[in-house]
Amino acid sequence: MYEEVTSGSRTRRTLTGTARMLAALKLDGALLVGLGLVAVYGLVVLYSASGQSLPIILRAGAHLGMGAVAMLLLAQVNPNFLRRSSPWLYVLGVVLLLVVDGIGYIGKGAQRWLDLGVLRFQPSEVMKLAVPMMCAWFLHERALPPTVGSLVILAALIFVPVGLVALQPDLGTAALIAIAGSLVIVMAGLKVRIMAGLAALGAIAGWFGWAFMHDYQKKRVLTFFDPNTDRLGAGYHIIQSQIAIGSGGVFGKGWMHGSQAQLQFLPERSTDFIFAVIGEEFGLLGLALLLLLYAFVVARALYLAMQTQDTFARLLGGSLALTFFVYVFINAGMVSGLLPVVGVPLPLVSYGGSSMVTLLAGFGILMSLYSHRKLMGS
Amino acid sequence: MVQGVRIKDHWKEQRLFERRALVAGALIVVLTLTLIGRLYLLQVMRHDYYTELSQGNGIRTEPIPAARGLILDRNGQLLAGNQPAYQLELVPEEVPDLNASMQGLVKLGLIDADAVDELRRMIKSRRPFDSVPVRLRMSDEDVARFAVHRFEFPGLDIKTRQTRFYPEGELAVHALGYVGAISEPDLQHIDRAAYSGTALIGKLGVESAYEKQLHGGNGYREILVNALGRSVQRQGALMPDLHTHAPAAGDDLVLSLDMKVEAVAEKALGDHRGAVVALNPKNGDVYVLASRPGFDPSLFARGITNNEYAELTDNIDKPLLNRALRGAYPSGSTIKPVVALAGLTYHVLNPDKEEFCAGVYHLPGSTRLFREGKGGKHGHVALQDAIAKSCDVYFYGLAATLGVNRIAAFLAPFGYGALTGIDISGEKPGLLPTPEWKKLAFKRPADQVWFPGETINFGVGQGYLLVTPLQLAHVAGVIASRGLNFRPRLVIGVRDANGVVTPIAPIAGKRVEGVSDADWDRVINGMVGAAGYGTAHASFKGTAYSVAGKTGTAQVFTVAQNAKYNEKTVEERLRDHAWFIAFAPVEAPRIAVAVLVENGGFGASAAAPIAREVMDAFLLDADGKLKDPAQAP
Repeated sequence: MYEEVTSGSRTRRTLTGTARMLAALKLDGALLVGLGLVAVYGLVVLYSASGQSLPIILRAGAHLGMGAVAMLLLAQVNPNFLRRSSPWLYVLGVVLLLVVDGIGYIGKGAQRWLDLGVLRFQPSEVMKLAVPMMCAWFLHERALPPTVGSLVILAALIFVPVGLVALQPDLGTAALIAIAGSLVIVMAGLKVRIMAGLAALGAIAGWFGWAFMHDYQKKRVLTFFDPNTDRLGAGYHIIQSQIAIGSGGVFGKGWMHGSQAQLQFLPERSTDFIFAVIGEEFGLLGLALLLLLYAFVVARALYLAMQTQDTFARLLGGSLALTFFVYVFINAGMVSGLLPVVGVPLPLVSYGGSSMVTLLAGFGILMSLYSHRKLMGS
Repeated sequence: MVQGVRIKDHWKEQRLFERRALVAGALIVVLTLTLIGRLYLLQVMRHDYYTELSQGNGIRTEPIPAARGLILDRNGQLLAGNQPAYQLELVPEEVPDLNASMQGLVKLGLIDADAVDELRRMIKSRRPFDSVPVRLRMSDEDVARFAVHRFEFPGLDIKTRQTRFYPEGELAVHALGYVGAISEPDLQHIDRAAYSGTALIGKLGVESAYEKQLHGGNGYREILVNALGRSVQRQGALMPDLHTHAPAAGDDLVLSLDMKVEAVAEKALGDHRGAVVALNPKNGDVYVLASRPGFDPSLFARGITNNEYAELTDNIDKPLLNRALRGAYPSGSTIKPVVALAGLTYHVLNPDKEEFCAGVYHLPGSTRLFREGKGGKHGHVALQDAIAKSCDVYFYGLAATLGVNRIAAFLAPFGYGALTGIDISGEKPGLLPTPEWKKLAFKRPADQVWFPGETINFGVGQGYLLVTPLQLAHVAGVIASRGLNFRPRLVIGVRDANGVVTPIAPIAGKRVEGVSDADWDRVINGMVGAAGYGTAHASFKGTAYSVAGKTGTAQVFTVAQNAKYNEKTVEERLRDHAWFIAFAPVEAPRIAVAVLVENGGFGASAAAPIAREVMDAFLLDADGKLKDPAQAP
């Protein structure tokens, strides 16, 4: 009895100690646990999906570490400073995009990277954060819901970087940036009528956009509607990933036992199509578990956003939380054949440094917005 | 300014945000459920379908070729077997410096310097992990030379592949046939699935005729391959159940050939173009089927080069021609015993009545004269001497009396003009001429008429009549057995994988009817006379057995007009073909022989000695004594 009470109290003391430490570090424990579980799950899957490559696991671990550092650092930054620096970050991002596009134009090819010697840097990744920050900054002082005039300015603020990224051409990222910006506006109370109108407009724009799409982009859309028309070409990805997921069944074939993944029939198995590896090796249960973890992360993020006390924090936080879900949905949707194939990685699981760092940086910002709330306001 | 009009209401905005967040949350739940629904469709409802697709993706079946059946002679001597052939193979991805390796191989003399470029192109065109042969048919010396330097050649290794092997070389090649690479026409009539993994197929002779038994059934092995088609042992922890189905080796064939006798026959033919066929009159077993010149069947199994093939096809001696089955020649006087039997059977010939031969025959009602083939005159001859001394004048008269239709009708049951039905393909039927045939065979009405003079020539085996050496061996067998007619055969038994030999029963044809025993005796006596004191007596002095024979000389009318033939060759090739048919022992025949020597001149001098050697080899033991028939094959 005595022992039990002691151990219980020791546990409680440890927990409070951890909580105190997290608070000091401006981190949210629940969100951290959710993110950690997804990341660990991701590493486990990646080990199998990479063909048991230790170097890839080590590099993925390094990406995770870099992302964690970015998150930790951003969590310390005062939200007011974040808000005030938003326009500068935005302008810097647009300039870098122009530079990258210019190099790409001269080099006659897709250009997404800026080579800084020590590290290669993708300005479009920055825009995934800079655009919602800019929109939230713009709406911060204004009464909500936004007026038509504000909406026009916001539309322009979103369109400029999105257009530049689309020109690279990187339609997937462009769409994600547009979504991140738009979600700020939606959370700011954009009228349902206007949303419906914009959706109709979007449909018409899409119709025209088709004419300006690159052939490979058109092909992706077409094969999405009927993968069998191009079995070994663009349709190959979709067919193979559906075979992988479908053959996994309820319980999966077991870790490192997925023939589609291990024999490399599944393309991009460690990056964009890693969702299919989970489906093949861990089955429906494995995917459901992953979606549950994601749902927890999104729910917690939304909750944190709701707890913040000013417009900038709420709008940015809400956008970050919802964008995260959009990533999950687009990736899972494309891999399982619900959506066309666009280059969107599965957040925190797909192998890739840029996306990992950007995502964790976003959560760092969210934690900062939440943990500094009592210091904010006038 | 616009913003100025409206006051920012923090409480209201918070409510607004919360409402939107809740709606967003609900939307997230709906979308997540949509995803789960999609996954349920793929992973539960269509699980079986996708499982099948995923299995088809990773598992390929690879054929395991069956070992080809062996071919043995009647005494169990190996005639065709399988032998590992050494070849040098290269795995491109394991070779660090292709150029250096190539130069090294050139230095070792394993590949030609000229071939390097083409080899390199071929290697580049293959998948990097596929083994590419760079040098075929390596000799033991080549293998040893490479083995010493092996460490200098990473990615190169010596592999063994089963290939056909003919220990006796050219011996009996026309009976055995050979195997060669499967060709487009071959693909038309084989089951491709059964031949996947098999590189060689029987082309001629027994190898071709018994292809089905020799080939056996290929097996297969399932292998795991990745998306690039590379065979992998294991990927991750993935190790599916892979099935292997063992191949069923082909059956071994036991031939009727006696290689000891075959070797004697081919040696006796020597450099002559010609053929020897010897068979058992009592069951059709072919002991000897020789055609010279021959060729080395291994050439085809190992992959014949264009030059080698051109050498064979351009050779004016036509080594690829199976003269025993496909060489059609006038029978010459070898026909006389059968014409005599016709005369006796139709009762138009008194065997004891002597005719007078003055060296020339005058056809009644015609001014045309028919001379003795070799000149000279035989004086008064009865039937036995007419056969023994091969008197043409005697048979001119007999033929005129019989008439072409009766001769042809009598000859047909002996097998003239028809396939013998031997169990390998390619046999020619020869030609048994009749007035009806002539009507059909010629276009101009003037040529369609059968002239009486043609009947006279027919009676001594000249003119249109054509026979093959196999047919005449068969005829000799029919005479020897007094009318028994067995289909000649090369394969007498099939040995299965357990070593159990299943004998194949001989096939009897329709026997020759209507000839009395006395008439058989009279004609056979004439043939005994030919070997004893007649045309062939010089070749049969002091035999340990009794012999009946008949010489023949087939006239050569034309020779191919070809610039390649020089005058001496043309002169040689205008000489008559020499024939000899025989059987022994006369009382209980065990072997019947036909010998043809192209352009050999007279049958007595060129062909008969070969028949003697063949019969000695078959009938006598090492001490020159007649073998006990019970022990003889």
